[in-house]
Amino acid sequence: MSSWLDYTINGLIVGNVYALVAVGLALIFGVSRLINFAQGSIYLVGAYIGWVAVVQLHTPLPLTIIVVAVAAAIVGLIIERFGLRPLQNSVRIAPLLATIGISFVLDQLVMLTFSPNPRALPSQLPDVRFQVGGGTIGPLDLLIAGVGLTSAFLLFVFLRYSKLGWAVRAASQDRDAAMQMGVDVNRVNQAVFGIAAALGGVSGMLVGMYYNQIDTAMSLQATLKGVVAEVVGGAGNVPGAVIGSLLLGLVESYGVAVFGTSYRNLFAFLLLVVVLVLRPNGLFASARQAPPEPLTGTFIAPSRPVRIPHWALAVAAAGFALLPLFPVSFYVLQTLINAWLLGMLALSLTLVAGTMGQVSLGHAALLAIGAYTSALLSLTLNVPVGLAVIGGGLMSAALGTLLISPSFRLRGHYVSIATLAIGEIVSLVILNWESVTRGPIGISGIPPLSLFGYDLISPTSIYWFSFAVMVVLALLQGRLLGSHLGRSFRAIRDDDIAARAYGLSLNRYKSLAFIFGGFAAGVSGGIAAHLYSYINHETFNTQQSILALTVVILGGLGNVVGAMLGAVALVGLPEVFRVAAEYRILIYGIVLLLLVRFRPQGLLGTM
Amino acid sequence: MLSLRGLTRRFGGLTAVDAIDLDLAKGELVSIIGPNGAGKTTLFNLVTGLDRPDAGTIHFEGQDITGLSPERLAAGGIARTFQLGRVFGNLSVMDNVLIGAHTRLRAVKPAVPVIGPLLELGLALLRPASVKAEEERLREEVRAILARFGERLLPRIDQPAYSLSYANRRRVEIARALALKPRLLLLDEPTAGMNPTETAEMQALVAELKAEGLTILLIEHKLEMVMRLSDRVIVMDEGRKIAEGPGEQVRVDSKVIEAYLGHGLSGTSEQDSAA
Repeated sequence: MSSWLDYTINGLIVGNVYALVAVGLALIFGVSRLINFAQGSIYLVGAYIGWVAVVQLHTPLPLTIIVVAVAAAIVGLIIERFGLRPLQNSVRIAPLLATIGISFVLDQLVMLTFSPNPRALPSQLPDVRFQVGGGTIGPLDLLIAGVGLTSAFLLFVFLRYSKLGWAVRAASQDRDAAMQMGVDVNRVNQAVFGIAAALGGVSGMLVGMYYNQIDTAMSLQATLKGVVAEVVGGAGNVPGAVIGSLLLGLVESYGVAVFGTSYRNLFAFLLLVVVLVLRPNGLFASARQAPPEPLTGTFIAPSRPVRIPHWALAVAAAGFALLPLFPVSFYVLQTLINAWLLGMLALSLTLVAGTMGQVSLGHAALLAIGAYTSALLSLTLNVPVGLAVIGGGLMSAALGTLLISPSFRLRGHYVSIATLAIGEIVSLVILNWESVTRGPIGISGIPPLSLFGYDLISPTSIYWFSFAVMVVLALLQGRLLGSHLGRSFRAIRDDDIAARAYGLSLNRYKSLAFIFGGFAAGVSGGIAAHLYSYINHETFNTQQSILALTVVILGGLGNVVGAMLGAVALVGLPEVFRVAAEYRILIYGIVLLLLVRFRPQGLLGTM
Repeated sequence: MLSLRGLTRRFGGLTAVDAIDLDLAKGELVSIIGPNGAGKTTLFNLVTGLDRPDAGTIHFEGQDITGLSPERLAAGGIARTFQLGRVFGNLSVMDNVLIGAHTRLRAVKPAVPVIGPLLELGLALLRPASVKAEEERLREEVRAILARFGERLLPRIDQPAYSLSYANRRRVEIARALALKPRLLLLDEPTAGMNPTETAEMQALVAELKAEGLTILLIEHKLEMVMRLSDRVIVMDEGRKIAEGPGEQVRVDSKVIEAYLGHGLSGTSEQDSAA
């Protein structure tokens, strides 16, 4: 019994931490209908500022909290002013992509400044435990609970009794009406981002103290947990976010009690998917709300795609095909092989995110499914590698579509959250399902690529093989876009309500898009597995999902040629300029931000 | 053909559609008028399956269609246009109207259970002769439909819809609805935002459709058009039906006058605020 009390206390404390993140997300969502994917990065920044204050400056605890809150709030204000305010009148996808880009830039800046190694963050509190009933509670637990309750109280007073708080509530009820009544929406946004960032930063510091460890992987976890709690409570609902957070904390804590620590995140994401499917408006919203009326065609930037003549494409393809016949270095071929693999993933994502409008943030999971399937087929069942890769593609198409199908009813940001969560679930299942996936050890000794009994080992043959596969996939996708399915996908993206009114079933066509896209991604993952000869649950991670998304935006959403061009550009240019590896992701994030701001249609235009 | 009984939809404390009865015979054109917020568009949403009623039934051609999905109803021959205009912005005029014919695709969309979607994907990629022929036939049909709008749309057939004028987007919506070959057509303010010349063109087109025997339910604020086209007029206010009958009779109904004047707007000047 006593341990149950401990788990309950632990669940509530962790829930309190999540609440600090989730409340900020809810405030921002309420005012700007935006899920701030950078919230976890602010939490990370808060933790590291806390570390600087405690370890370097030796500040006393109350001052540490104030320093962290103020510094994080300043970061939040900067994000609002320079990252999001310029996008106020742009298409709906723009701020979503901007927060993703900001989050990557912030994470990388922290990583470059402090190195990716974990650091200890001492709590500055006496290490005693008080006996409470059958469980124990420490001063840090009390501090976290105290900070949580105090901020909830202060926030309540601010929203209820201050003039700016009134403006925040008015703007979240009806932004346009509030503006017409003279509410300065920019000030409201500033206030909300400042408060959200301060809460997030303090939360990161407290968690660092709680586990006495901080590292840069905290960011994504915090974003995910905060978003889960917020969605469970109902997006934009501040008290709902608090209750959702406590619920999430308890579910995780009890889950860990029953099944073990490695299952912690699995419960969080399963809770999210269940809530998204059953009650997409959150636990506390009425199930049937008036359907929203989005303006048409505003999800992606309207543009006229650049038409590249067929002969030019043929010349370019021939040029790349003949390249290995010239004296080029192994290094160039290796770089381009990576570009072709990324190109296949980008083809998949540009179809799903661009043509279909489902901005997937978990696309690397499709790579992982393809890679594991192909590796296991060839290793354990002795399937020829060529067939195994196709098997990987088919498995990715089938399993990926099945996993993503609960999110077919969702729109915009929710799709991104759901795909992010599903991506994490896949990685966690791979980690935990040891009898099949060999768990954390990973799979080694994967046979090299081979075709009709001939091993493809020389860089030239691997180059030709991957280039040919990508070109075939691109041609197929081009043909798909020219068929009635292409226009059906794009119609659903532009206006799913009008599309349904003309008989287009969302489930059917989203499934078809994911089946086709899943195959391309799975093939890419399968080939990668045989190239690497070793894979584990971290080989295909969120960074690759974001890289693919940047490629897709760079090339132009839905643009087949653009996806390949973007892949060559993003893989090739850092090599040409000899950019050190640790700066690359930072550069990808900055490229994403600049594109969203200055050329949302990408290089070749959206289709 | 269409018959509503006690149709009700509540949003929280507000009853947007309150126990509406309505009957529409084949070939009839019935107009629904009423002040803004009277529940007209909500009624359309209920009939086309985009929203589900809290009470009441909808029968179409003798079948109970209450609560069916919009996809099913579109396949059943019900087409609509939207008040705020919902063209597919990034699709060309041709593709927009082709989407209207989606429910009529046969060759590329075999009605096979379970593997039907996969067959559809395969056929879309392979494009055998039957699929190509069907697509070409539909494209011809689309050109014929666009020709009904004179030179308004045909020269812009390959332009994306976001580049069209407001009036042309409304025309694309109507063309898209016609491509479905509807048995029942619901038009939600087809002339909103149009100038008098454009309105007259639209009125002539709707009259033509009616003469061809199409059954039409029309929401419209321009009373002159309503009076000329309608077999019957239904007046809604605050979710309820307050009058029904031939145009001339409804026009002088004291409850109708009160509903409009009571909201501070006359029927003819309201079109501007509605747009």
